[in-house]
Amino acid sequence: MSSSTETPASEDPGRKRRVHGMLKLYYGLNEEGKADEEPQSLDPCDINGPHFDPEHYLNKLRKECSLAELMDQETCMVKQIRSLDSDMQTLVYENYNKFISATDTIRKMKNDFKKMEDEMDCLSANMAAITDFSARISGTLEDQHAQITKLSGVHTLLRKLQFLFELPARLNKCLELQAYSQAVSSHRRARCVLQQYSHMPSFKGIQDDCHAIMDKLAQELRQKFRDGGSSAKDLSECVELLLQLDEPAEDLCEKYLNHAGSRLELDLQSLEAEIRPSPPGPALKDSSTRRPSPSVTVGSPPDGTAKTSALPSPSSNTDILEFIDRGCNEFVSSLCLVITSYQELFVNHAQTGELASKNIPQMANSKLHAFVDDLAARYFSLVERRIKEEKGVADNSLLVRALDRFFRRLQAVAKLLPGSSVPQQGTEIVIRAATERVKQYLAALQSFYMDSLTDVRQALATPRLSLAAPGAGSHFGGSTSGRDAPSSLPELLSSLSASILNQIKSVLASVHLFTAKDITFSNKPYFKGEFCCQGVRESLVVSFIKFVCQSSRQFCESAGDKGGSTPPALLLLLSRLCLDYETSTISYILTLTDEQFLAQHHNPVTAVTALCAEAREAAQKLLNHYVKVQGLIISQMLRKSVETRDWVNTIEPRNVRAVMKRVVEDTTSIDVQVGLLYEEGVRKAHSSDSSKRTFSVYSSSRQQTRYAASYTPSAPMDTNLLSNIHKLFSERIDIFSSVEFNKVSVMTGIIKISLKTFLECVRLRTFGRYGLQQIQVDCHYLQMYLWRFVSDENLVHFLLDEIVGSSAHRCLDPAPMEQSVIEVICERG
Amino acid sequence: MEDDAPVIYGLEFQARSLTAQTAETDAIRFLVGTQSLKFDNQIHIIDFDDENNIINKNVLLHQAGEIWNIGASPADKEVLTTCYNKTSDSRVVSCAAVWRMPTNWETGSHESPDDSAHNPQTLELLCHLDDSAHGNAACVLWEPMGDGKRVISLADNHVLLWDLQESSTQATISSTAMLEGKGQLKFTSGKWSPHHNCSQLATASDTAIRGWDLRTMNQIYCIDNAHGQLVRDLDFNPNRQYYLASCGDDCKVKFWDVRNIQEPIKTLEEHSHWVWSVRYNHSHDQLVLTASSDSRLILSNMVSISSEPFGHLVDDEDLSDGEDNHQEDKCKEPLKDSVVSTYEEHEDSVYAAEWSSADPWLFASLSYDGRLVINRVPRTLKYQILL
Repeated sequence: MSSSTETPASEDPGRKRRVHGMLKLYYGLNEEGKADEEPQSLDPCDINGPHFDPEHYLNKLRKECSLAELMDQETCMVKQIRSLDSDMQTLVYENYNKFISATDTIRKMKNDFKKMEDEMDCLSANMAAITDFSARISGTLEDQHAQITKLSGVHTLLRKLQFLFELPARLNKCLELQAYSQAVSSHRRARCVLQQYSHMPSFKGIQDDCHAIMDKLAQELRQKFRDGGSSAKDLSECVELLLQLDEPAEDLCEKYLNHAGSRLELDLQSLEAEIRPSPPGPALKDSSTRRPSPSVTVGSPPDGTAKTSALPSPSSNTDILEFIDRGCNEFVSSLCLVITSYQELFVNHAQTGELASKNIPQMANSKLHAFVDDLAARYFSLVERRIKEEKGVADNSLLVRALDRFFRRLQAVAKLLPGSSVPQQGTEIVIRAATERVKQYLAALQSFYMDSLTDVRQALATPRLSLAAPGAGSHFGGSTSGRDAPSSLPELLSSLSASILNQIKSVLASVHLFTAKDITFSNKPYFKGEFCCQGVRESLVVSFIKFVCQSSRQFCESAGDKGGSTPPALLLLLSRLCLDYETSTISYILTLTDEQFLAQHHNPVTAVTALCAEAREAAQKLLNHYVKVQGLIISQMLRKSVETRDWVNTIEPRNVRAVMKRVVEDTTSIDVQVGLLYEEGVRKAHSSDSSKRTFSVYSSSRQQTRYAASYTPSAPMDTNLLSNIHKLFSERIDIFSSVEFNKVSVMTGIIKISLKTFLECVRLRTFGRYGLQQIQVDCHYLQMYLWRFVSDENLVHFLLDEIVGSSAHRCLDPAPMEQSVIEVICERG
Repeated sequence: MEDDAPVIYGLEFQARSLTAQTAETDAIRFLVGTQSLKFDNQIHIIDFDDENNIINKNVLLHQAGEIWNIGASPADKEVLTTCYNKTSDSRVVSCAAVWRMPTNWETGSHESPDDSAHNPQTLELLCHLDDSAHGNAACVLWEPMGDGKRVISLADNHVLLWDLQESSTQATISSTAMLEGKGQLKFTSGKWSPHHNCSQLATASDTAIRGWDLRTMNQIYCIDNAHGQLVRDLDFNPNRQYYLASCGDDCKVKFWDVRNIQEPIKTLEEHSHWVWSVRYNHSHDQLVLTASSDSRLILSNMVSISSEPFGHLVDDEDLSDGEDNHQEDKCKEPLKDSVVSTYEEHEDSVYAAEWSSADPWLFASLSYDGRLVINRVPRTLKYQILL
């Protein structure tokens, strides 16, 4: 705009301003623009502004501008004035032309209007003439018209009367011909008239006749309806007619449903009869006798199904699939039929007809729902009863197929009856059956596990006898005794774990049927999510693993006090089993489960690590218990041998005592036993001739000094000092401590327990000279054989040293035997 | 505080038997009997000076034989019983006897403590508790809190109740009971109950614990298989009359309510070898001391089955009202059973542990190598119990 001050007369300032404004708008200068505009419009120097003051402007120019500028300004202003003058001339000329043409137009219009006025006058005169004529014609025709109307009225009346008089005959004829619909429509037409004129005797008579006939007709219709044998179409026609005869719809619905109900009742009863043949008593007995069998049959599902089909389920006459099939085919399909025809009759039809107004569809619908719910509830209870009888876990595919069929057929009902709760209840039944089944599988797995343990127990018990005999004969040639067993521990272990794994797999496969793609209910959210995760993974697989761990632990606890109620070999085997579970089996099983069931775990599930930890704990506990039990067995032998002997008055040792041989034998066989299941483990390196070297140290140097010390009455302290110093440098030994999962550690544990017992028993006795010597011989003998079993032979040396040392202390006449003699005796065996 | 450190005393001989001098309630005094087949056995009288943390010892000779069990009279400080082994004709016989300490043992020791070790005085024999018909004595029990007139000795499978007369110089059997059953049954140990007017006795034999009524000398209860293996020792809860602690070769310590002997009310499995001794603290029965051949001594705080399961009962005199409320709140917290501490000062099997009769916070333990260790209950626990 500032520029426009200089060219106020440029041809289109408004347009320019507009363009300017738009530009400003575009650059977001709107605010400033406005701000600019305000002061400018007030500026008296603005030549275009409303407040322009020429005096002021001139003064300002004069004051501010140089002469040259003034000159320029002047020329410019003259130029502008000139152009403004010419513009004004053009405008005036144009306006004059327009005015002239407007005057012409107005003059022309005046002429045209005058002509039109004349024509209009003529038209109105004609119209008046026409009106006059028409009035005259209607006046002449009036009479005739009235007569014709009257005649036609009489005619219709006569026709109607004739119809009325003929009605009873006609109705009768219709009745004879069974043309019920015609009869009803005729009657309907006459009904109102008859009703209206019923005060006249003749009409009354006709009405009565009609009523009688119609009653008869209704009777017949009802009869027909009741018989029900007629086709659906007939039936619907029948109902329709009855409805038209003002028969109350509610009654009809009720009757219809009653009628259908009685037929469905028959189906239900026949279904019930399927279950009933097995009264509760025998059924219970059957199921209880069947109980142990699943563990046998479930082993191979195909076998199981074959068996059940060959030997029909004893709990009822038909198997579950057959039962459900019958239920579906008979009950559900007829229920569907009933629903369809009912809806056809009362709901759909009525909706179109005039009956809709009477709220019949709603009433009919609610009746139908109640009816269906009632029957379905009974049907469901039957089905559930039947499903409950399915206790055998062998034929899961049968159950699943049955449930599938059951569920599928209910979908039909769902389609027919959208608002019904039936399909949902059906789903619930399926879910209940599935969870129940999972529970049964868990029970079956558990009993299978316990059974296999019993088998293992028996297998362990039988070879034990054959193991003992050659063991004694072959004189602890250790490695042979293990082989004699017909089924050795590793075999038992592998067969046990394999059979358990197979069992789990087959159970998983069976359960997997519930989620198979071709099973309708498998895509229900329950079966996709919770069933896989909570049902199968948690309450089946995880529970089973937990059960295994728990039952294993129970072996430790129950046997804890009595000792030996569980064969030690079983403890060992179970411990290995649990360890295997910890290392691989658990994660394998769970991976398998997760893969098979594609479980998306929404809820937190038991972690593999937690289960593994549990299994490891169980394994550790079992192994510790094994060590304890075996240690106690050997301890008991040693203790008895020490406690029952009179060590003061014993004879000079000639032999190693038999009990020591027995100890070594037993230790050897334990070593073999453990070696079958556990790895060797690390032991401290020993020299090539371990037994000799250490023995010599133990017997000659150290022992001699110790005895020497105890001989001299002057230095009773030395013995204590020596042994104390020795103890200072050796680590404290925990006798009953946790062992590692390897053979050496287990053997070390057992030997520790045994030798410590020996030591404590020796300390409670008093020895004569030969008693001490016998202990020397025995210890040397143990020394010769036991070092090889333990992780640190020094441990054995230390404990044996302690034993000999303690017995020397407890000796009345401590005269130790010559080392060479001891060696000879021990070599001799 | 440094006085929480254990005090160790070494005996020259091996030793198994330890008792507090029951009648002495001022000085902290323990009696230890040694076991030596070659030398004269001794009874060490260990005085512990609590303030200076010093042990004073006095030695008395017990020439009769090696001591397996020692018991101090509850009435007379100077009277004690021992069970000892005597070898004669290459036969080992266990006997029991009542002894009196020479009256001037204490003065002598103070004058020349070195002397007393070399020329110890000898115990004065009061009477033998022997009856050759009844076999080897395993232990002798004084009537708890009695007048020092009645003792029980357990010999093989007999319980013998003796009356001591004429200042204990004469002992007569007042009644006996016999354990009958298959095999060679032997009592390992026993305990005279301080409750029911001292009319009950509990004995351990093999894996069973039996209770006896001393008035009729009949068995009143029998806990078969109380332990998986041999039961080594018993002790009665001093404040709860039906509560009994036992220990044994299954490494466990069990607590029993003798009214319901099916199950122990509590089992401890802290030791890694046989437990040889279990002792309730005389005043605070939540404190239980156990000694084991794993060379450890364990002090446990068995609050849940003690007579003060909710902590110390508030004494109105001791506490002002303000403190009272605070105290009650604290008492409501359920306290947990726990191992207070494990003492590892011993290098050999610990066969005996005893609380001091004078200071309830002090106890001694004895290992086979002759090491006697005197320990205190940790200060924090002590204050926790007291406050």
